[in-house]
Amino acid sequence: MFELLWLIPALPLAGFIVLALLGGVLAKRAVALVGAGSVGAAAIVSMGAAVEFISAPPPANSVTQVLWAWMEVGLLRPHVALYLDALSVTIVLVVTVVGFLILLYSAEFMGDDESYARFFAYMDLFVGSMLILVLADNLLFLYLGWEGVGLCSYLLIGFWYKERENSRAAMKAFIVTRVGDVGLAVGLFFIFSSLGTLHIQDVMHRAAQEWAVGSTAAMLAAALLLCGAVGKSAQVPLQTWLPDAMAGPTPVSALIHAATMVTAGVYLIARTNGLFSLAPAVQSVVALIGVATLLLGGLSALAQRDIKRVLAYSTMSQIGYMFLALGVGAWSAAIFHFATHAFFKALLFLGAGSVLLATDEQRDMTKLGGLRADMPYTFWTFVVGASSLAALPLVTAGFYSKDMMLWNAWTSPMGSPWLWLGGALGALITGLYAFRMVFLTFLGERKTAVIRRPGLVMYVPMGILAALSIFSGFLETPGWLGGMDYLSPFLGTALPGLPHPSMQPAMEFFLQGLTSLLCVSGVLAAYFLFVSRPDVPERIAASKSGAWFREFWFFGWGFDRAYELIVVKPFVWIALVNRDDVVDSVFTELARVNEALYSDLSETQTGKLRNYAFGMAAGAALAIGIMVLL
Amino acid sequence: MNAVFYISSIIAVVATAMVVTRVNVVHALLYLIVSLLAVALIFFVLGAPFVAALEVLIYAGAIMVLFVFVIMMLNLGARGEAHQKALLSPAIWIGPGILAIVLLGELIYVLLGQDLPRTSGGEVSPKEVSLALFGPYVLGVELASVLLLAGLVGAYHLGRRVVAPRKEGS
Amino acid sequence: MAQVPMEHGLYVAGLLFCLGLLGVLVRRDLLFVLMSIEIMLNAAGMAFVVAGAGWQQPDGQIMFIFILTMAAAEVAIGLALIVQFHHHFKTLDADAARRMRG
Repeated sequence: MFELLWLIPALPLAGFIVLALLGGVLAKRAVALVGAGSVGAAAIVSMGAAVEFISAPPPANSVTQVLWAWMEVGLLRPHVALYLDALSVTIVLVVTVVGFLILLYSAEFMGDDESYARFFAYMDLFVGSMLILVLADNLLFLYLGWEGVGLCSYLLIGFWYKERENSRAAMKAFIVTRVGDVGLAVGLFFIFSSLGTLHIQDVMHRAAQEWAVGSTAAMLAAALLLCGAVGKSAQVPLQTWLPDAMAGPTPVSALIHAATMVTAGVYLIARTNGLFSLAPAVQSVVALIGVATLLLGGLSALAQRDIKRVLAYSTMSQIGYMFLALGVGAWSAAIFHFATHAFFKALLFLGAGSVLLATDEQRDMTKLGGLRADMPYTFWTFVVGASSLAALPLVTAGFYSKDMMLWNAWTSPMGSPWLWLGGALGALITGLYAFRMVFLTFLGERKTAVIRRPGLVMYVPMGILAALSIFSGFLETPGWLGGMDYLSPFLGTALPGLPHPSMQPAMEFFLQGLTSLLCVSGVLAAYFLFVSRPDVPERIAASKSGAWFREFWFFGWGFDRAYELIVVKPFVWIALVNRDDVVDSVFTELARVNEALYSDLSETQTGKLRNYAFGMAAGAALAIGIMVLL
Repeated sequence: MNAVFYISSIIAVVATAMVVTRVNVVHALLYLIVSLLAVALIFFVLGAPFVAALEVLIYAGAIMVLFVFVIMMLNLGARGEAHQKALLSPAIWIGPGILAIVLLGELIYVLLGQDLPRTSGGEVSPKEVSLALFGPYVLGVELASVLLLAGLVGAYHLGRRVVAPRKEGS
Repeated sequence: MAQVPMEHGLYVAGLLFCLGLLGVLVRRDLLFVLMSIEIMLNAAGMAFVVAGAGWQQPDGQIMFIFILTMAAAEVAIGLALIVQFHHHFKTLDADAARRMRG
């Protein structure tokens, strides 16, 4: 099965090529078949690979499939090679399965769109790029996938490019992530110049040998990689593109947020964990960024009215949790949360998509409401997704993964109670905004009529994702709850584990109880505020400080405005001032002098014989003069 | 005999100056013949009778006859005088005049610094010239004959009336 | 025969050459230009003959003969061109033929 590894990224890419070339002539049914089918086939191949990987682990717990030598330039010999270990198996599995379900859903969701084939082509390219990113065995190949993902996000966010706002959002996403990508690129240069290789495993080995823990080189390398990860994963301070990325079609948002793109940063850090282990300070920064982002995202989500923006900020917040876990060295927990998050976030987006489809793109939650009666299926799956997001104890996958991360945030050698506190507060907020969204959308009085109900093709993926959102959590349960651990030992073959915490199980139980309590109280508070006493939040919002906070959070803590003021305005100003390009003017001047010389000298070409003779004679006189006098 | 040299030189220079300044082309041509004859005389007194004869025969004779033919053929002469005058404004002399004087000054300056022999007055006879011409310089003679052939062919080709006048602006 | 300093002969040659040059530069009538060129060639030849007389060598005269040959060929072609020129432009003004500003 492993020799078929290349099929995993190749199938979606082949789908892209077929759709790009033949998209115009194929029937919609055929387009959907190719578009979703290619990813589905990739999902089947990755399932096969995963089964074989688990049942008969390959030697050294990794498989490398070298396809061909990409290039050979001196020491730089990157191969187009795929590397499969427990980490990439997990992520590939999630990406292909979730991607397939989203594409299946899109087959109906996008049914009325005129650019049906273009949509599927981009989506296939997106999934293919992500798979390259995940499976790449060297950083350069990874970077190819990384940029491919960035390109596709641009294409898909601006999918409805005829509206100016969408194109603007696409450009914003592209440019803001580019800021991080520059850091990543420089990081690659730095790693190559100091370690002489870009092969990921070699980099880790050599770094461990040559760099001391906390050495400047290791810090620099890790910081530069972090730069790329922060941009791609929409963490503070490069998070501003994510809410605007909602301009794309809803399945695109689902794909960006759940399976691809934003999780690339998490994957990158997990993949290069060796480098981060050598730079503890940078790793602490990762954790701090995570906490900052999860609080920022959560509070911003609380103030949004657009249902998709709530989800966008919640993604930011959830990725913040993953960063927190990465920052304390809980690699497996981060990947665990990545998987559960992919399931429930895709589910939530698909649910939101159904709502938007049913209400003709009514995104404002305050104008929605009471949809429960009309869309019970969507309502219940949405509740499942929201519960998993809010980490309702015991029954949801989100609970187990979040619990594992928070537990590690306290007990890990790099963790601290403060980090735990940030995460726990985040859990409260998450419960609050998740169920605020549910209650505003589905309960209360009906304000917008349902014009269309989703069909079976949309229900099936939502059902599967709802099931996964609940049951994927049982892969890993705390000690007092059966102590199942399938994922950690499996991931342990690729990622370093944490030392066994010295804390008492009673303490663990207590902390879990506390977080659970926070989650539930968040949900209950949401019920109290938005269902039973809807006048309370209005009163809060009406008060002076309440209005200020609401405004502040609504605009994502003013980051956009600050960047507008600090970066965009001066840049535009410089561009305006430098419209004629100072550097270029030197060369323009050179050309101008030449042109002037030409026009002056061409004046001498009069066609008058005497003038020519005069020139010759003068030249002769001059030559003789020079010879005689000098 | 030295007097002959200097008188001839003065005649040559004056006649040449007249050539350059005349407006009537026939007059100019006659002055040119005078100038060439004076030069021929200089050659003779310097002891080069052979080239003196050639100067008279070919330059003053054949070549000038060609000029006369052309002048007659084109029916120039007195008719073009006004036209020539119009072409010769006084200002036009300034630049070329300065240049010519500078060049002459340079030539004189070069010659002043040289230690050159006096002419002995001894004759370099036609026989010596012929021996050298058909001895070491025979290749040059062949080349000269080819050049003359080319001149012949060229003159014949260009002189034909078949070359139809092209219309202005076509 | 004459026994003069060679410089004097060369001065005369130089003077004639410069007069010819003046003619070439000043005159616009092609016939005069051609005549001036003849003067210049003749002056150059004269310099050779004077030098040959000074050094008592035949080479000066031989060079003059070559120049003479060249002048003959040049005059033949030049006059043929002048005839065509006149035929074409109805004038001998050299500036008339400047349409291509060559």
